[in-house]
Amino acid sequence: MSNTIHDMGGMHGFGKVEPEPNEPVFHAPWESRVHALQRAMGAAELWSIDGGRASLETLPPHIYLEASYYQRWFLGLEKRVVTYGLVGADELAAGHSLRPGIKLKRTVTTADARKPPVRGHFERPAAAPAKFQPGDRVRTVEMNPATHTRLPRYARDKEGVVEAIRGCHVYPDSAALDVHDENPQWLYTVVFTGKELWGDAADPTIKVSIEAFEPYLLPA
Amino acid sequence: MTDHDHSHDHDHSELSDIQLRVRALETILTEKGYVDPAALDAIVESYETKIGPKNGARLVARAWIDPDFKAALLQDATHAANSLGHVSPVGSHLIAVENTPNTHNLVVCTLCSCYPWEVLGLPPVWYKSAPYRSRAVIDPRGVLGDFGVSLPDDTEIRIWDSTAETRFIVVPMRPEGTENWSEERLAEIVTRDCMIGTGVPEVKS
Repeated sequence: MSNTIHDMGGMHGFGKVEPEPNEPVFHAPWESRVHALQRAMGAAELWSIDGGRASLETLPPHIYLEASYYQRWFLGLEKRVVTYGLVGADELAAGHSLRPGIKLKRTVTTADARKPPVRGHFERPAAAPAKFQPGDRVRTVEMNPATHTRLPRYARDKEGVVEAIRGCHVYPDSAALDVHDENPQWLYTVVFTGKELWGDAADPTIKVSIEAFEPYLLPA
Repeated sequence: MTDHDHSHDHDHSELSDIQLRVRALETILTEKGYVDPAALDAIVESYETKIGPKNGARLVARAWIDPDFKAALLQDATHAANSLGHVSPVGSHLIAVENTPNTHNLVVCTLCSCYPWEVLGLPPVWYKSAPYRSRAVIDPRGVLGDFGVSLPDDTEIRIWDSTAETRFIVVPMRPEGTENWSEERLAEIVTRDCMIGTGVPEVKS
């Protein structure tokens, strides 16, 4: 969802950042299993990467904050396998499968999994030319959709400058709702001054950029 | 996880028996034929051994000694990374941003945990934590202070919020006193934090 707890940019009160020296890749074996399950189930392409994100964002705020990162991943995955009809709530309660699975588009074999992991490709052919060019002044839209978006609250209704065009990409706001609705949009790096985002007391030496999809932008 | 009475319903707001629930979910998904435990083992191994900040450090060290490579990296980091045979493959859409005497770059994902894991490995806990995600965009000097990094007052700090499927790697400045170093030796001082922007390369005298 849009105005949910995950959208943290600019919030106060969370305290200091605490780096952990010599941090392991995983802190417990179950974390690594959650990670692997998430990757393996993603291969079925029943949900998009943003559909996955949306399932975490819609966790109740107190759970989102209390849960560790991989706990969040687990809760989101558990929710999705039920939502998408892969597993029944009765099976989760039983801890075992109670009926045969459905046929998936793709499953991950051991041979697939041994290859070095490489990210997916999110660039798509464009239906129309890009509306903005580097150097253009733009204003981000004011919007508060109840569904997933990647325009953070702190960067809504703010004036900035287009710095780069990053190509035409799968539009998260659409693909989060339906993996087949990619609705590709031009993607731009848009830069804002600290003052524009945070007011007169902002650190004058900072500039913040977001990666903004074209529907997030209006000419300034 | 603490000892716990497991007789209650599996309330989804309950976090304390997470290990059991993960095991149960893996069992169910395996029994249904959706996942293969051996493939899960291989995925874990792959993330533990094949990716990591060494991949990114190689890109930076090469950029420091080879101006043509540096130009290619800043132009199209995915393409440049894949042109080096000894770095594991990089998918789209990797963007390299360069620190200069005037500008320091800092990468964050305020909305979740987007991170260039093909070149840096999986993100550390702090990168995914509320303190970093909330403060990096409004108080980057304070965040850098938490890492013991202090920049000149007039250095511009550019924060890159990873709000799409583009991914960012910082190319830090090459420290003085490394003029005759080999590429391999240079790579050793390029830490993960240097490539996120919460660190700067250090030469121990």
